[in-house]
Amino acid sequence: MTERAHVAVVGAGPAGLAGALTAAARGVRVTLVDGADQAGGQFYRQPARALGARRPEALHHQWHTWERLRDGVDRHIAAGRISHLTDHHVWCVQRESGSFAVHALRGPAQEEGVTVRADAVLLATGGYERVLPFPGWTLPGVVTAGGAQAMLKGGLVLPGGRVVVAGTGPLLLPVATGLDAAGARVAALVESADPRALLRHAPALAAEPGKLAEGAWYAGQLLRHKVRTLSRHIVVEAHGTDRLKVVTVAALRKDGRIRPGSARRIPCDTLAVGHGMLPHTDLAETLGCTLSEADGTAVRVDDEQRTDVSGVWAAGETTGIGGAALALAEGHIAGRSIAARLHGTAPDPRSWAAAARARTRLRTFFTALEAAYAPPAGWAERLTDDTVVCRCEEVTAGAVRTAAGSLGAGDLRTVKLLTRAGMGWCQGRMCAPAVAGLTGCPLTAGRRPFARPVPLGVLAGLPDD
Amino acid sequence: MNPLELAQAGPGEAFTVTFDGRPLAALSGQTVAAALWTAGVTAWRSTRGGGRPRGVFCGIGVCFDCLVTVNGRANQRACLVPVRPGDVIRTQEGPGQDDD
Ligand SMILES: Cc1cc2nc3c(=O)[nH]c(=O)nc-3n(C[C@H](O)[C@H](O)[C@H](O)COP(=O)(O)OP(=O)(O)OC[C@H]3O[C@@H](n4cnc5c(N)ncnc54)[C@H](O)[C@@H]3O)c2cc1C
Ligand code: FES
Repeated sequence: MTERAHVAVVGAGPAGLAGALTAAARGVRVTLVDGADQAGGQFYRQPARALGARRPEALHHQWHTWERLRDGVDRHIAAGRISHLTDHHVWCVQRESGSFAVHALRGPAQEEGVTVRADAVLLATGGYERVLPFPGWTLPGVVTAGGAQAMLKGGLVLPGGRVVVAGTGPLLLPVATGLDAAGARVAALVESADPRALLRHAPALAAEPGKLAEGAWYAGQLLRHKVRTLSRHIVVEAHGTDRLKVVTVAALRKDGRIRPGSARRIPCDTLAVGHGMLPHTDLAETLGCTLSEADGTAVRVDDEQRTDVSGVWAAGETTGIGGAALALAEGHIAGRSIAARLHGTAPDPRSWAAAARARTRLRTFFTALEAAYAPPAGWAERLTDDTVVCRCEEVTAGAVRTAAGSLGAGDLRTVKLLTRAGMGWCQGRMCAPAVAGLTGCPLTAGRRPFARPVPLGVLAGLPDD
Repeated sequence: MNPLELAQAGPGEAFTVTFDGRPLAALSGQTVAAALWTAGVTAWRSTRGGGRPRGVFCGIGVCFDCLVTVNGRANQRACLVPVRPGDVIRTQEGPGQDDD
């Protein structure tokens, strides 16, 4: 008996689920590997089972799409076509002659090694939030907007009672409405972008009426709940000694500078803040996949969602930020391409024409959104020298400026060697965009040896080759 | 309204854990971070350099700001580790030292 072709899908968010379903339906054996204890990813993050939520959809959008994905995956699991390894954190994917070894750490303690061997790999690891520093951003009570959302959806908890949601980007809307619905008082939604920037991109945005309606729905919710929305405003500083007590917000002028006299203080115990998202690319980088030239932060794929490493596909936010609907379309295309290629045939792109059209439209839409929601010019100049930039190693903006200035560092790696910014636990995931912005160095791939910290015992236990 | 009511949750009976010796109620299914948030605790680490307090930042296992000592094991990400009955949770000082 010959084993069926086998793909390992890393990530059980919208992209990975769509890819797994599509490939499994076409006769490919799928192992779905994810660090979380349930499928769903960030968008469809589920409350822990033991919490017994009878109405988890109250915290969600597009629940029907989730039900279709979940039921489909459950059916394939029951039929033995998909196996789902939950609580498996992948720290490295290795190419072996003609196949791949996906190395994961099992369980919350992440100390036990597990290796999955497969003929092909689909990377669908999503992204994480970018937060640009400002004075006070390391105070307890300051959390990422997506993080507040993730803790709410997964653990049914709130960070505090009085919240300011701030930064820039479309994610702030669901976060503010979600926190409000769950009982927090949202004192203000502070968005740095200018609504007129959205108008400038009107044609690209209008091509996606569904997404616009979604945005309008959230805006309506905020109005209904009397959430104060301040556009072209930023949080200048978060205040408190051992935890957040107050934020100072101020209005921005057209040139990105603060309008004099506009500063005001808003008492709050939580600041949920974010400035867009960045793709997770570490597994792709160690495999040798090329990142896109445009900004060097996303995995480059072709029309079939193939990376330039044979046998490795990528879909969803790993290949560029664009939301759940785009992740679904990309996962679907990847799944079809994987099935055809593993069966030794060339896929027919006509079979995914609808998904390809959605992909084109949504990519255009998000490129326009990204331009409209760019962090305000001048944010880097506003950082005081004593503001911590690298949270792990407690490196200040002053030290980073010195490295790039008098010490002449011209790239992130040199700044890191001179200051230790990016050398700590998170390996620069949090500070790299800020260091790049402060120094004018291009934001380049991190080249982390492992996507997760790996116990030495697990490394020592790997076979030599 | 609170999040448990909104999602019509029916969690099992609360159990007790301690945080720096103080008993707290926690629910099965929650992470250590979620249990601490429920009890109003937002800081459980002090940084190696400045001794500054930290707690959850990214909420999804990426930033390592939420490191904590659980049952004598240091450097556990509170936002990922499930809370268990009887857990002894302690503020992690600096790089953290395992108790044993
Ligand atoms: C914290 C957070 C909250 C968000 N909340 C919202 C929201 O409320 N509304 C909204 O419209 N958008 C939200 N987003 C944006 C959201 O990421 C996308 O819309 C969508 O989920 C992207 O789908 P995806 O399949 O590409 O990735 P994701 O949904 O992010 O799925 C990626 C999956 O890969 C897994 N993974 C990653 N790395 C590894 C690894 N090394 N080993 C094992 N598993 C791994 C993760 O556990 C995750 O399940 C949020 C993003 C973040 C970071
Ligand atoms: S809060 Fe970022 S790792 Fe836990």
